[in-house]
Amino acid sequence: MLNPNEPIQRRALQRQLHTFVVYAEDKPGVLSRITSLFRRRAYNIGSMTAGHTDVPGVSRLTVVLESDDAEARLIEANLYKLVNVLKVEDLTHVPAMKRDLALIKVKANAEARPQVMQMIEVFRARIIDVAPESLVLEITGTGDKIDGLLEILSPFGIIEMVRTGGVAMTRGSKATTVHPHFVHALVPQDENS
Amino acid sequence: MKRTGAQLIWEVLTREGVDTVFGYPGGAILPAYDALVGYENIHHVLTRHEQGASHAADGYARASGKVGVAIATSGPGATNLVTGIATANMDSSPIVCITGQVGSAVIGKDAFQECDITGITQPVTKHNYLVTRAEDIVRVLREAFYVARSGRPGPVLVDITKDAQNQEVEFIWNEAPIALPGYRPDLSALPEEFDRAMQLLSESKRPIILAGQGIIMSGAEEELRKLVEAAHVPVALTLLGLGGLPDGHACNIGMMGMHGEAWVNTAIQEADLLIALGMRFDDRVTGDLATYAQNAKKIHVDIDPAEIDKNVKVDVGIVGDLKTVIATFNERLKPQKREAWAKYIDESRGEAEQHDILQAADEGTLYAAHVIDELRKLTRDDSIIVTDVGQHQMWEAQYYAHNQPRTLITSGGLGTMGFALPAAIGAKMACPEKEVWVIAGDGGFQMTACELQTCAQEGLDLNIAVINNGYLGMVRQWQEMFYDKRYSETPISSPDFVKLAEAHGLTGARVETVQEVAPAVQASQGNARTILTEFRVVPEDAVYPMVPSGKALDKMIRRPRKEPAIRQDT
Ligand SMILES: Cc1ncc(C[n+]2csc(CCOP(=O)(O)OP(=O)(O)O)c2C)c(N)n1
Ligand SMILES: [Mg+2]
Repeated sequence: MLNPNEPIQRRALQRQLHTFVVYAEDKPGVLSRITSLFRRRAYNIGSMTAGHTDVPGVSRLTVVLESDDAEARLIEANLYKLVNVLKVEDLTHVPAMKRDLALIKVKANAEARPQVMQMIEVFRARIIDVAPESLVLEITGTGDKIDGLLEILSPFGIIEMVRTGGVAMTRGSKATTVHPHFVHALVPQDENS
Repeated sequence: MKRTGAQLIWEVLTREGVDTVFGYPGGAILPAYDALVGYENIHHVLTRHEQGASHAADGYARASGKVGVAIATSGPGATNLVTGIATANMDSSPIVCITGQVGSAVIGKDAFQECDITGITQPVTKHNYLVTRAEDIVRVLREAFYVARSGRPGPVLVDITKDAQNQEVEFIWNEAPIALPGYRPDLSALPEEFDRAMQLLSESKRPIILAGQGIIMSGAEEELRKLVEAAHVPVALTLLGLGGLPDGHACNIGMMGMHGEAWVNTAIQEADLLIALGMRFDDRVTGDLATYAQNAKKIHVDIDPAEIDKNVKVDVGIVGDLKTVIATFNERLKPQKREAWAKYIDESRGEAEQHDILQAADEGTLYAAHVIDELRKLTRDDSIIVTDVGQHQMWEAQYYAHNQPRTLITSGGLGTMGFALPAAIGAKMACPEKEVWVIAGDGGFQMTACELQTCAQEGLDLNIAVINNGYLGMVRQWQEMFYDKRYSETPISSPDFVKLAEAHGLTGARVETVQEVAPAVQASQGNARTILTEFRVVPEDAVYPMVPSGKALDKMIRRPRKEPAIRQDT
């Protein structure tokens, strides 16, 4: 349910990128359960990353997808129905940092190289491999920033590129924001704090 | 105390209070079947197909409120369970399915009868497990029973490798506590939401309660009755909600939806407040969402937060167990009277009843309605009716009167033909003292008719009514109404049902006229074993009223007042 005091109609209809952080038990098949849920309910995942956390046995996923607020609450509710999911945060309306990482292999012969290096500097990317005819760059930043670098590099010729998809974290010292419907949601570390 | 994994399965089942399981043996589950011999407290019913086992477990669960158990071997045994699992999932029925799996060393090697059943059933179970070590069996099975019955109930599948069944481990019951840190079935409602709900109810002049199966699963029948009497609110029921409020109760206005009563659907469209209790606004009950109860504020109470705002956006959503939530409503309620609204609904009911086939002149034609009406008169309030899927299912819902919960067992969400007979076997095993009726169509009955032999082997006393219209009637009805009467592949022949029953060592009977119905029903009741009675009804009758799929709820096709043609002899 949406908070009755909020102007639900306007916000609910607005589609935007929602970023969810999902804590799940680190068990075989959990990723498949989560992707299967998105497939079955016809939610279109923009990106999804998964990795360990500081708590043994707990993994953390960042899922980015386009939805409106009403659908976002349903996505959250459905994620909670997965028995292995511990906690879900929707970071869309809270101050949060979002980062993507990309490796880019770009053509850069002796002639083009100085120009490429200049761009790299502006975007604070790093060179991690050098070959006679190409460079491999590493860049972290928001999705927009990476898009920007790619656009500028494309005239030189991008040979290969890989992006991790977004990861995200709230700002400030508080760790989480949990929807009031799901107040029981906890990861083991919460109980101690 | 050392036990094999196979013995541990039965140890847990025993401690979970399981007295009956439904299943079919095979290679990968052989160790479990071998160990079963040592557990005389557990009765195993050998169904004739694993689909029958999962439906029977489902029927057992729905009749008793306890967890039903089905067991099968790997590969084809496991895949045969799937239809029953999906059926239980759609109707939130608590079952635990145990399957054997090939040895853990050959998983992923396409071993004989290997099949990724946890992968296959992932979208149709509440949760599932693959167990490869005997030491996990006790914990996992305990979790499976807990997950299946708690919160919004549902099916859980536990796939156990053959080597895990064979391993010996130390068995200490208390040392296998359940470990489900992410599972929270006990969400409770927020207090502000009650305030808003009570305010909407006190302001409403034309409220309707939409009561679903949640009332029955939560055991909230008494709370519901108190609520509707104090607040004077008419109650419409979903198909699976029938029995949640006695049919004879003054506030019970009947079933809603595609084949709901005309006055009920009209009243929903004209209401100023809908209070949905344990129902999920399925498309079969809402019709076109854009025109659904447009002027009504909406309150939705459900135990599953993912149901709130799923199909119908609501003004107040309350997440919680209905029994507690309605009890809280009742504490806060100020009694109200809404005479004008009640009178209005009563009047439109009177008008609609003139369309009823039972009011029509008797031309000697046997309609399914006659059969159901006779069953209503001759059975008891606690008799259990298990229906299949199709026209007969809707006629049962319209013409039978369910006055107690758990007296109608039917596949609502998935609409699974073939459900009735095996589910009735499960219901009878759960409630041996109750009279159990199967009402099935000639089409659906043929899908799982092999379970007649299960009735014979178990010596069960079921009453089976096959409503034979010579057609896949519900599909024929759609072809009649929406496909220019092109009856593509809907005429269906049947075996001689009397001989079929006899071939299984059971009794068969045939009824072709209205006069024969009551004596046949009584004869069936008097028979101590399973008896199949075939009712040859008019071939081309249709279920009315009908809201065409995707149309507004009050745009119903009504029964033409002109009588349909007398049935031709086939
Ligand atoms: C397993 C399955 N297959 C197909 C359908 C589609 N279907 C719904 S009702 C129906 C006809 C049922 O015919 P019958 O059992 O004779 O019952 P009747 O409608 O004639 O009462 C069919 C084919 C279904 N619900 N389930
Ligand atoms: Mg038929």
